[in-house]
Amino acid sequence: MTAPIAAPALQLLGLGKRFGRLGVLEGIDADIGAGRVTAIVGPNAAGKSTLIKCVLGLVRPDRGTILVRGQVIGTDPAYRLAIGYMPQGAPFPENLTGREILRLLRELRGGVAELDEELIHLFNLGPELGKPIRTLSGGTRQKLNAVVAFLFRPSLVILDEPTAGLDPLASAILKEKIQAAADRGVTVVLTSHIMSEIEELAADVIFLVEGRVHFHGTMEQLRSTTGEQRLERAVATLMRARVA
Amino acid sequence: MKTVLKLLGYELRNVIRSRWVIIYALLFLLLTDALFRFGGSGSRVILSLTNVVLALIPLVSIVFGTMSLYHAREFIELMLAQPVSRRSLFVSLYGGLAIPLAGSFILGVGIPFAYHNAILGQEAGFAILLGTGILLTFVFTALAFMVALRFQDRAVGLGAAILLWLFATVLYDGLLLLGIALLHDYPLETPVLGATLLNPVDLARVLLLLQFDMSALMGYTGAVFERFFGSRTGTLVSLGALTLWAVLPLLRGLRQFRRKDF
Repeated sequence: MTAPIAAPALQLLGLGKRFGRLGVLEGIDADIGAGRVTAIVGPNAAGKSTLIKCVLGLVRPDRGTILVRGQVIGTDPAYRLAIGYMPQGAPFPENLTGREILRLLRELRGGVAELDEELIHLFNLGPELGKPIRTLSGGTRQKLNAVVAFLFRPSLVILDEPTAGLDPLASAILKEKIQAAADRGVTVVLTSHIMSEIEELAADVIFLVEGRVHFHGTMEQLRSTTGEQRLERAVATLMRARVA
Repeated sequence: MKTVLKLLGYELRNVIRSRWVIIYALLFLLLTDALFRFGGSGSRVILSLTNVVLALIPLVSIVFGTMSLYHAREFIELMLAQPVSRRSLFVSLYGGLAIPLAGSFILGVGIPFAYHNAILGQEAGFAILLGTGILLTFVFTALAFMVALRFQDRAVGLGAAILLWLFATVLYDGLLLLGIALLHDYPLETPVLGATLLNPVDLARVLLLLQFDMSALMGYTGAVFERFFGSRTGTLVSLGALTLWAVLPLLRGLRQFRRKDF
């Protein structure tokens, strides 16, 4: 289980988090390579979203350290300028329109010379931006969610179940966007339950079970470790090994 | 600081658009105007308004404050993924609510006073009425945030908020009177004085009544306060204590907010 070769864009050192009596993260160590696509996989309630929310500062870890591009994240929120985030389920304020949300984010972030509005056009989202969020379908919200993640040309993109709720066409557009970003050297961290999607996009895999890293390595290493060519089977083998 | 101003401006627009604060302002406007038409003079209107201020402002502030913080959950999540500190966000959420609520009250009461030409000659009373109302708004919005951050479930939180209001406006005085009745053989001035400091609504009442020299009307508490402090000192002490009642829950709320997981 060697770490990726590239310099880490994101480092997790002994990350631990409990919710009451329930241990969600039980000491996570991981170096996530810059310019690579890393997929976090694992069964439900393995701690994937909690891990991501710790990096964003939405969840306060009980112990451990997080470094974004070599800097320990503390109380200064400026490090989030470099991060584009797509949370699970597109939680946007219901009364605002998409355009108002984008404007507010622009005011808060400032400083970006040229916004990346490509996804607005590709999703044909223009006509929907004037409507309040509460009137939008789940899929449309998820499209807006993707727009926000890439809008400020972040160097680290964190996507929690990015294609959930998207139709096949939109899903393909988003995957192309992720791939193109990775090709430009953007670091991508994503979670997904769709194994084919991860096979398509990810170079590295972190397999998380019950708050612990069970496997971390490249896709090839995963295949050779488990002796399975298909990711779905490889993950199943890992999970069985874990149960046994 | 710049972030706070941007967020605050945004929050203010949002709250005003929700129309509740407009209804709240109209309520005060209609009530004050009606009191002028029925009652007449400015001093009598101020006195009639004190009881409204003491009950309605805490109720609206605490209910509206609790609900809006639960309602802002998605907004908070969105903002905390941006380069926005928790402190800035918390201050903006609080200001974005307490300022329009206080503003509605000022306009709702101030406009009728202005067009009935009733402020002249009543400057002190009018100022103290507005000041108390503003302070109560800030106190109960802060308490609302504390309650909303304490309870995950919004139904439980709203229940707790209403209970807190009921306790501060009704139950506390009842219990105090009961205690006084049971222990009437003992010298109770100092304990009652202390007990008054422990309830923001009682404090506000003392503040208003000392000003209008009506302490006898409000029985024991007011009389004790006047005897101990005299009008001026009593006003300053209760003003200071009431301000503390806004600051301490707000600091506690900020602590909760900074530790919370979203």
